[in-house]
Amino acid sequence: MTTQGVAVAFDNVVKAFGPVQVLHGVSFDLAPGRVYGLLGENGAGKSTLMKILAGYEALTGGELRVNGQPQQFRSSREAEALGIVLIHQEFNLAEDLSVADNIFLGHEKRKGLFLDDRAMRAEAAAALAQVGLAVDPATKVRRLIVAEKQLVEIAKATARHARLLIMDEPTATLTPGETERLFGLIAQLRAEGVTIVYISHKLDEVERVTDEVIVMRDGRFVARAPTPELTRHQMANLMVGREIADLYPPRDPMPTGGVPALRVRGFSVPGWAQGIDFEVRPGEILGFAGLVGAGRTELFEGLLGLRPASGTVELQGQAVRLRSPRHAAHHGLTYLSEDRKGKGLHVAFGLRENLTLMALEQYARPWLRPEAERAALATAVKDYGIRAGSLEVKAASLSGGNQQKLALAKVLQPRPKVVVLDEPTRGVDVGAKRDIYFLIQRLAREGLAVIVISSELMELIGLAHRVAVMRAGRLEATLPGEGLTEEALIAHATGTAHVPA
Amino acid sequence: MSQPDIPQNAAAEGAQHRAETAPRWTERLHGLGPVIGLVLLCIAGSALNSDFATLDNLMNVLTRTAFIGIIAVGMCFVIISGGIDLSVGSMAALIAGCVILFINWAGPATGSPLLAVVLGAGLAVLLGALFGLAHGLLITRGRIEPFIVTLGTLGIFRAYLTYFANGGAITLDNDLSDLYAPVYYASLLGIPVPVWVFLLVAVAGAVILNRTAYGRYVQAIGSNEQVARYAAVDVNFVKTLTYVLLGVCVGIATLLYVPRLGSASPTTGLLWELEAIAAVIVGGTALKGGAGSITGTVVGAILLSVISNILNLTSIISVYLNAAVQGFVIIVVAFLQRGRR
Repeated sequence: MTTQGVAVAFDNVVKAFGPVQVLHGVSFDLAPGRVYGLLGENGAGKSTLMKILAGYEALTGGELRVNGQPQQFRSSREAEALGIVLIHQEFNLAEDLSVADNIFLGHEKRKGLFLDDRAMRAEAAAALAQVGLAVDPATKVRRLIVAEKQLVEIAKATARHARLLIMDEPTATLTPGETERLFGLIAQLRAEGVTIVYISHKLDEVERVTDEVIVMRDGRFVARAPTPELTRHQMANLMVGREIADLYPPRDPMPTGGVPALRVRGFSVPGWAQGIDFEVRPGEILGFAGLVGAGRTELFEGLLGLRPASGTVELQGQAVRLRSPRHAAHHGLTYLSEDRKGKGLHVAFGLRENLTLMALEQYARPWLRPEAERAALATAVKDYGIRAGSLEVKAASLSGGNQQKLALAKVLQPRPKVVVLDEPTRGVDVGAKRDIYFLIQRLAREGLAVIVISSELMELIGLAHRVAVMRAGRLEATLPGEGLTEEALIAHATGTAHVPA
Repeated sequence: MSQPDIPQNAAAEGAQHRAETAPRWTERLHGLGPVIGLVLLCIAGSALNSDFATLDNLMNVLTRTAFIGIIAVGMCFVIISGGIDLSVGSMAALIAGCVILFINWAGPATGSPLLAVVLGAGLAVLLGALFGLAHGLLITRGRIEPFIVTLGTLGIFRAYLTYFANGGAITLDNDLSDLYAPVYYASLLGIPVPVWVFLLVAVAGAVILNRTAYGRYVQAIGSNEQVARYAAVDVNFVKTLTYVLLGVCVGIATLLYVPRLGSASPTTGLLWELEAIAAVIVGGTALKGGAGSITGTVVGAILLSVISNILNLTSIISVYLNAAVQGFVIIVVAFLQRGRR
């Protein structure tokens, strides 16, 4: 294998799934040793194109050339043989195997008939050190948190001596510190001549790490330009194909007075959160910031009775002890999980069944009334701006943004007084993000108390009346959203706020 | 490439439209699969033996289907919720033994044979519900795999029956047996009682599965338990109730079965679990849960007994190979369904 980077040319690439065409003749090329930002809304065809390049999908028409040679990869192994590796957005790790086993899965080192575990562990340790992940290679992947799994995926690719690395939303689950380290690694790989395709919705990252930006829309190539020549605003406009007005809604005044919709005192979730106090009023948007692993999701899972927890919880001034999400929903508290496919939606179900699941009693007297459910779906599609080809499709066939809007509509069906939205815009394109922000504001205006947990600091600053910052299981500070800066939030989240500069 | 975009778009839109309607059509075809299989089997049966397509034989097949069919309706709920129950055959045997012992005792004790039989029938359903409740609680509260729990009770139930029967058979007293017999042998409007009961259980099952919130929760749990839990579904309660429902179905099937032979022995209900699970799977329900249909299950149960009926009526394949033929059918059906979900 050469140490050269890989040059790729897409020539009029067409891809159809059955009768549905998703790529309509895409042509562009990638030079070795450069970092490309590949932009586009969900459904623009970026992922499909990259899957063709990495051998996961076959092209229907046109040609893919690698280093000038036409290629028709029949499997990802054939692409990997040329040094092309795709890091999946959804993790492809075997949970019950160790980190080292995963890194070498399908490429195991052997000593005669047996596996050479010692060599694999040593090499795995080197690859992990490179991505800055301090775990023992013998650790089972099941025991890692999401961000660590993402880093293992990256280590897996570098251990295979990738010459062209495709990263699909690699920082979605990473903390700022880990993101920094990843950017360092990208710079190092580029210096070694590795070509990198960086897919992200986070335009600030694209601006920072890429040399050139390529934009796709609706299965077509739209534009390419050196990154320094484009502003973030121009990138966003190219992706959406129209002018985007302000991303965040105007800030409403902080509601005052009245009984807090939710009041939490001295709440602890063993191993995750200690002595948390906070309250949120009707009409208020309270943000929750913190690094991955700070205990935000676990705190709310404790509140919902999904984890053992202690402390006092008052809903509308009434002390309650919530035993399960069902019990919480009865008391007017619902929760949208950060894990859309694993905990949020039944992807194999239709839209109607998903929408009404949390409030099914409303539609059963005692027999379910599908007409009433259909009417509710029609209303929700209108109210929440869900775009679906047909109302009879499965949730899996919606784009990420529309799935998220459906999940939002679902948790609002029981008409809660307090709603907790965990990473409501994760993996969602710019247009849908804006829709969701305005929707959140509308909910608050209607008198709902909204808690938004997010790792995107700008989102909290743009949206929340107040932001609570958690660090290592403790509530570090609660800051007013007005005039808040990313630096101030990071300082509290990392515990450097009180250290003089 | 410089061709105008419009015709291409129109073509793509047309294609998209077809793509959206096509899966539904094939889904419907999949739903019809067992029905088509049954029709083909019946045609083959009629061609092979002139006795096959008679009303008598039809009623005979349906009556024999009733036991497995009723259990399969309950099994359908358990499998859709993502569970399994391997113990139903042993459970039926133990319930049969207990009911016969009870009726034999209660007949003289209460002085009213009719009351004894009615109470015995009630006991069958109650025992089934209790056994199901025990399964459900061990699985949800005890957090043990359904496979393990019901594998354990499969052994326990049958061993206790064998113990109560002292290795032989528990037999219903003759006078009580005559009183009880109509439950199996009588007909209403020309249709045997067990077939009526089967029909009622199936209709009730279909209504519960498709038209109640509970039925939706069962499907939601089987499709993704975590999502259901986060969506405020009382997962433990819903799952436990599927086992109770199945237990009730086993109880009903047993109370119909007792008057047929009037006894319970260690071979009573042998391999019923296999036939009940097979009926559910042949009917198009995926073993991993999430979706399934009662109609399909009913058709699956009938299909399996039509196969054994044809083997009985014709001499192409030995009746001893009945179970083998059923086994082949299950594997072929699973093969045809692969990759569908």
